[in-house]
Amino acid sequence: MLLKDEVQMLRRVPLFSGVDPTKLKLLAFTSDRVHYAAGEILFRQGDNGDAAYVILTGRADILVEAPGGQIKVAEVENNSIVGEIAILCDVSRTATVKASTNLEALRISKEHFLKLLTDFPEMTIEIMRELAGRLSRTTMELTDERARARKPD
Amino acid sequence: MEKGLTHYIWTHTRPQQLWILLVVALSMIPYFLSFDLPKQIVNGPIQGQGFEGEAARQLFMRIEFALPYFGDVVFFPGIELNRLQMLIALSLVFLALVVVNGLFKLYINTYKGRLGERLLRRIRFELVDRVLRFPPSQFKRIKGAEIASMIKDEVEPMGGFTGDAFVAPALLGGQAATALFFIFVQNIWLGMIAGLIVAVQAVLIPRMRRRLLVLGRERQLTARELAGRVSEIVEGINTIHAYDTSNFERADIAARLGRIFKIRYDLYQWKFLVKFINNFLASVTPFLFYSIGGYLALQGRLDIGQLVAVIAAYKDLPGPLKELIDWDQARQDVQVKYNQVVEQFKVDSLIDPALQKLSTEEAAPLAGALAVANLTLSDDSGAHTVEHISVQFPRGEYAAIIGGAAAGGDALAEAIGRSVWPESGRIALGDTDLFEIPESVTGRRITYVSSDAYFFYGSLSDNLLYGLKHAPMREPEYEDAHASFRKWEISEARMAGNPDHDIESDWIDYEAAGATGPEDLFAQVVAVLDSVYLTKDILELALRSSVDPLTHEELTTHIVKLRHTFREELDKAGLSNLVVPFEPDRYNIEATVGENLLFGTAIGEQLVGRAIGRNRYFRDVVGRSGLDRMLYEMGYEIAENAVELFAGLPPDHPFFQQLTFMTPDDIPMYQQLLQKLKGKDFDETTDDDKHRIIRLSFAYIEPRHRFGLLTDELMKTIVEVRREFHEGLPETLKGAIDRYDPHSYMASASLMDNVLFGRVSHRHADGPERVRTMVIALLSEPGLYNQVLSIGLEFNLGAGGRRLTQVQRQKLNLARALLRRSDYYIFNRPLPALDARTQEQICRNVLTLVRENNDKESSIIWVLTNTTLTDLFDRVLIFDKGRLVGDGKHAELADNATFRELVS
Repeated sequence: MLLKDEVQMLRRVPLFSGVDPTKLKLLAFTSDRVHYAAGEILFRQGDNGDAAYVILTGRADILVEAPGGQIKVAEVENNSIVGEIAILCDVSRTATVKASTNLEALRISKEHFLKLLTDFPEMTIEIMRELAGRLSRTTMELTDERARARKPD
Repeated sequence: MEKGLTHYIWTHTRPQQLWILLVVALSMIPYFLSFDLPKQIVNGPIQGQGFEGEAARQLFMRIEFALPYFGDVVFFPGIELNRLQMLIALSLVFLALVVVNGLFKLYINTYKGRLGERLLRRIRFELVDRVLRFPPSQFKRIKGAEIASMIKDEVEPMGGFTGDAFVAPALLGGQAATALFFIFVQNIWLGMIAGLIVAVQAVLIPRMRRRLLVLGRERQLTARELAGRVSEIVEGINTIHAYDTSNFERADIAARLGRIFKIRYDLYQWKFLVKFINNFLASVTPFLFYSIGGYLALQGRLDIGQLVAVIAAYKDLPGPLKELIDWDQARQDVQVKYNQVVEQFKVDSLIDPALQKLSTEEAAPLAGALAVANLTLSDDSGAHTVEHISVQFPRGEYAAIIGGAAAGGDALAEAIGRSVWPESGRIALGDTDLFEIPESVTGRRITYVSSDAYFFYGSLSDNLLYGLKHAPMREPEYEDAHASFRKWEISEARMAGNPDHDIESDWIDYEAAGATGPEDLFAQVVAVLDSVYLTKDILELALRSSVDPLTHEELTTHIVKLRHTFREELDKAGLSNLVVPFEPDRYNIEATVGENLLFGTAIGEQLVGRAIGRNRYFRDVVGRSGLDRMLYEMGYEIAENAVELFAGLPPDHPFFQQLTFMTPDDIPMYQQLLQKLKGKDFDETTDDDKHRIIRLSFAYIEPRHRFGLLTDELMKTIVEVRREFHEGLPETLKGAIDRYDPHSYMASASLMDNVLFGRVSHRHADGPERVRTMVIALLSEPGLYNQVLSIGLEFNLGAGGRRLTQVQRQKLNLARALLRRSDYYIFNRPLPALDARTQEQICRNVLTLVRENNDKESSIIWVLTNTTLTDLFDRVLIFDKGRLVGDGKHAELADNATFRELVS
């Protein structure tokens, strides 16, 4: 796959849809193109976060370590970004990401990702929107859980 | 050292000085003879005195003396010669005298030079010897570079002066006195004039020069301080950058240079003023001779002949006089320098030389226990770091010392390690004070390690074995030619008061490392490196270093064989495409276009870097197949892409790290170049522009840069040109390229690259890491492992060991200590840079290793950074505020208040 195809794919990622194509090309060029076979690990829960991954083709499972073993909490597929939380707020990885099929991804290093955010405010807004969406979803789920927990009494 | 330089020189070179004075006196005989001879030649054969008449003859070289009691004794009857023969004979004698005078001069100068150099060697050695015997506190006050500049530069003129110290005044004084005496004989009044002027010169000039000496001393001090500051800048460069103080340093240096300039300028002004006055006085004398002498002559009190003779004789006076005054200047100058230097090196409580006496005998195990009695230590400010400590460390006991920061345990360890001297109280081994036992015992039977590791410039193994080099254990065997050189070295060293230990000897004390010789030392080294977890680091150093196949034939042939095994391993792991191998008739997609084209590493200057673009043969081959045009087009597109991507980014933007084929500064240049070349055909462009464009294509790797420029046709052409290039390679270029040959070792590539013999795929995440792990596993097979490890041990540590990380340095420091068999090991927080978990593991390993190596006799005193390890030790000592507040077994300490505090 060539740089220009990668740019096309990046444009389909909601996070990057508002960004100028030449900038996307730069992003693609400065990122590493990595390949994972099915079953290989992109990163593990608890590791230091040093990069975010944009999945170009393939699927991956998001797994969380629980006392009883790993629990699959979500699945991601092409045109999605994973691992951005750890590099945004300097915490260790909150989940393990494992390729479930053959997977092609762009690996954007932490330094480059943060630089992008300062250079392109439209991307930052997009990230904020995404995070706010997640927060409201989580809040909603939490409210539901609490409500359900209170009902019996 | 002697107080005055003259005294010093006289003490150490008396016989030589007397000898050279004698030789100088002897040399005066032919010197004066050669003055007299021209007169004889002119008067005799040329003007014909004594050759009246056609057949007149004279006796040549008749030697005849009138001795008392014997009457006339004829030593040589002489040869009868006529006028012409006499002319030739006398001329030949003149020639002979010239040669003899020259030879005398040669001998005297060489002798004086040698004398000076020997003395210089002696002074320098004595100074360094003193540095080695300074008490530890002295090193907190002095700057290394200042000491170095004193030893190297400031004593240098003393060598030059040595030869002239006694000869010059004798010779020049004699000449001046003779001339003055001659003038006196001619006319007493004129003699008095000349004497008066000489006296004025002799009194006035040295007085004026006193200021010169003061300035000279200042110059010396400021220059020395400058050297100290420059070395501070070098050592503190990271701090300077970190705090943006480079301009403060610039200002400081500029101010110092300004001061030096002012001193030097003052110095010149005075110097030339003094010179002017000196010259004036010298020239005013003839004026007095002409005026007063002339007046006397007019009055008839002096005859003209006398006046002319006086003036002629005076010509010989200022020369020696001036040189004599110069000599005196030099004498005072070096005297000042000498005093300055001696002052700096005069230190009270120097270590007694007897304590550092060289001993090749194996130091016997210590007899008694280490006992600290009523010990008080203080720091530079005078505050007590340890107060009235009394404690015993019996043999075979493992003691841990704990306490907060600066609680006193570390100070106690430093004192036992002799890097701090007690203020009161004493440390004794058995019945003897630790500081009265020779270093050949304390420095071998006690091993002290602290966290500030110092390493000397040299290889890792040099530094690792440093703790074993106490004495020349085995004299090297020399061949005849070298043996006589060695003899010369010894005699010369003795004459300059230097020791004659042979640095070429084998200084390593193998027994002290538990080995019998060089052969089984390696096992000990490996055991020690393993226990401090340094082995992996060293293996990685080895992987990155390049190895000469001529000196390591066995290893390199083995590595070449390993390439095959490596591929098999990859296949087995299902990772065949993790490394793309170099194949002579295949394009390697993970390597650059340049690597693919050359298929080797350029090592000769004809092909390295920019030179390859100018190389006729290379251009020929590339041009023949039209590849140059293809590469040009490729480079053009790369330039377009790069400019499109990066134009407008600030040069320090982190994205530029990815741009491997250009620097940020190149972007504007290529922007212009692209505009200039737009629409132009390949043939229309200049050589220079072609070069700039094609250069870009050389660094291109398709999977990495992904511009989509590498077509099948291009790859085919490149492989084709590669073949042509190597087939027709002219003799002159054969050595300029190290070709990728699957069956031979590439000297210019690293060990790692030689195993891989290919390029790691860019598409695999963590590819390089995985490959490295696999290669290390491969190299760990027996037989090979040791060889690879010893390559890593050859790694040069750089100045102060700075090429290693701090963690590696502290590990190496500990390893160096563990290699020595000792009675007492004192570990003073040796590994603060490591994380707690690794510290703990290494501590366990070390205790085990020491126990295995030294049976039960060795003791350990370990100042721990935390309390978690105390249960590994026989005894725990707790320090607080310089006092010992707890002492007992680990189990007994639970109710010690300080211990509880430390644990929490």
